[in-house]
Amino acid sequence: MKNSKYRKNEEKIFIMLMQASCGIILLIMGLILLTILRKGIPAFSWEILTSVPKGGFYFGGEGGILNAIIGSIYLAMGATFIALIISLPTALFLNVHLRKYRKLQNAIRLFIDILWGIPSVVYGSFAFTIMIYFGLRASLIAGILTVAVFIAPIMIRSMDETLKTVPLILYEAATSLGSTKFEISYKVFFKQCIPGMVTAILLSFGRAIGDAASVLFTTGFTDNIPKSLTQPAATLPLSIFFQLTSPIPEVRERAYAAALILTIIILLISITGRGISLRYMNNQIK
Amino acid sequence: MLHMTKEKIHIENLEVSIGKEHILKNINCTIPEKKITVILGPSGCGKTTLLKSMNRLTDLYSDVKINGKIELNGKNIYNGISDINDLRRKMGLLSQRPAPLPMNIFNNVAYGLKISGRRKKRYLRLRVEHYLKQANLWDEVKDRLYSPANSLSIGQQQRLCLARGLAVDPELILADEPTSSLDPISSQAIENRLMELKNHYTIIVVTHALRQARRIADYIIFLYLGEIIEQCEASEFFNNPKNEITKAYLRGSFN
Ligand SMILES: Nc1ncnc2c1ncn2[C@@H]1O[C@H](COP(=O)(O)OP(=O)(O)OP(=O)(O)O)[C@@H](O)[C@H]1O
Ligand SMILES: [Mg+2]
Repeated sequence: MKNSKYRKNEEKIFIMLMQASCGIILLIMGLILLTILRKGIPAFSWEILTSVPKGGFYFGGEGGILNAIIGSIYLAMGATFIALIISLPTALFLNVHLRKYRKLQNAIRLFIDILWGIPSVVYGSFAFTIMIYFGLRASLIAGILTVAVFIAPIMIRSMDETLKTVPLILYEAATSLGSTKFEISYKVFFKQCIPGMVTAILLSFGRAIGDAASVLFTTGFTDNIPKSLTQPAATLPLSIFFQLTSPIPEVRERAYAAALILTIIILLISITGRGISLRYMNNQIK
Repeated sequence: MLHMTKEKIHIENLEVSIGKEHILKNINCTIPEKKITVILGPSGCGKTTLLKSMNRLTDLYSDVKINGKIELNGKNIYNGISDINDLRRKMGLLSQRPAPLPMNIFNNVAYGLKISGRRKKRYLRLRVEHYLKQANLWDEVKDRLYSPANSLSIGQQQRLCLARGLAVDPELILADEPTSSLDPISSQAIENRLMELKNHYTIIVVTHALRQARRIADYIIFLYLGEIIEQCEASEFFNNPKNEITKAYLRGSFN
């Protein structure tokens, strides 16, 4: 037996360690937000938010980044939607239909984890190769599909992790009421996991809107707002990149305004998502 | 008495193994209709497994091997069953811990009706009320039908699960230690319900509580280490046990 003084000190040290770790994370987040706010707010203007780049924008001329804002929102929403159509059935199938096939389940999980680990630039180049083969130009739809494929593993595994927590007795209860596997999936497992599902979708949306490498070759870049899926589109990460690498200080400052806008979009989406999941939280069975 | 009632379930040479473990050995028994049959035995002897093999919940486990025959109304459920969900709907399950569905109280009871295609609001309301009354829960929940089921107490949740099971209009009720997580008063409520419901349903209750078995059982199946040691009418089991293991169990020598 360890004596009680030793155990008390052990407890104290661990609490301090945990507090320190939390502190570091919060500090880093605070610093990032502070930088973006300090540099972004002075450069921010109504014009940036509401107009597309005019001639000479990238040399400090007039205009805004509405093209990239709209392009990013289209791209991320489209990709998240398509990824959702792929991911939800996959994650449910994995947990409901394959529940008793442990080995197969683990093999599939490993496979998806590997896909998760592949850098987005590889997805981008892969898609680019296919596009060249078929002679396709960079377009919004090509970007949407590429990003959807790239975020699908993230969405599937995040959904999978919440679905895994559904207790066996709930599965048995639903089964013994005569439910089909389909009904168990969508009426019980899905409902039980709505908060986790929303988190999975948000996480994927964040990755979709924030990634530059996968859209570089596939979506292209343009100063116009896309009017159809087959036109190229601008995106915020690339817009930030182009401005930040400029030798002109004013242009570099505007990059922070773009980063600020990107952060605000993600924040808004997260808050809405939290709201949705809180509404369904109280139906969950522990 | 027993020979006058109909057989509801008939089990012949049932062998169940999970992985390398041989869990049920050469089970032969009969469940009489509209009686309470209690499956009795010490922990780990295979009571739950026997119960779950009756509505084929064992299908959900990996590595389960089942041999032998279980007949429901004279038809083997492991052979030539066209619709397994139909089979399961004939048996309401009450588990050890209540497992309400992640939805409100009303929808928990209406769930079984909805999945079998009944959607008319008025009809559903009437049926939900009826089954909640049957489970003796109506008065407590009638003003909060649309609150989440997990806001109920554990005892209320168990009665909700009973109502939900009754709502699919089963012929049998399978109850796996239905009162083990309940307080004495809620347990009493469930026991009383089961006693009344046996006029309409065939009821199988798993328990390892001898006193509960004494209170509710018409017929006893005594399991020990995966084998049936004794099966007979309750009065005979308690007053005139034949087997030495049964006698030891009744004396409380092991549990
Ligand atoms: N999924 C499973 N995989 C492997 N072994 C299992 C599984 N389920 C049950 N068993 C084993 O089967 C035996 C019987 O289990 P069962 O749950 O039927 O016992 P029980 O009589 O209901 O016990 P209790 O009174 O404790 O609930 C036990 O030895 C248990 O370890
Ligand atoms: Mg058990």
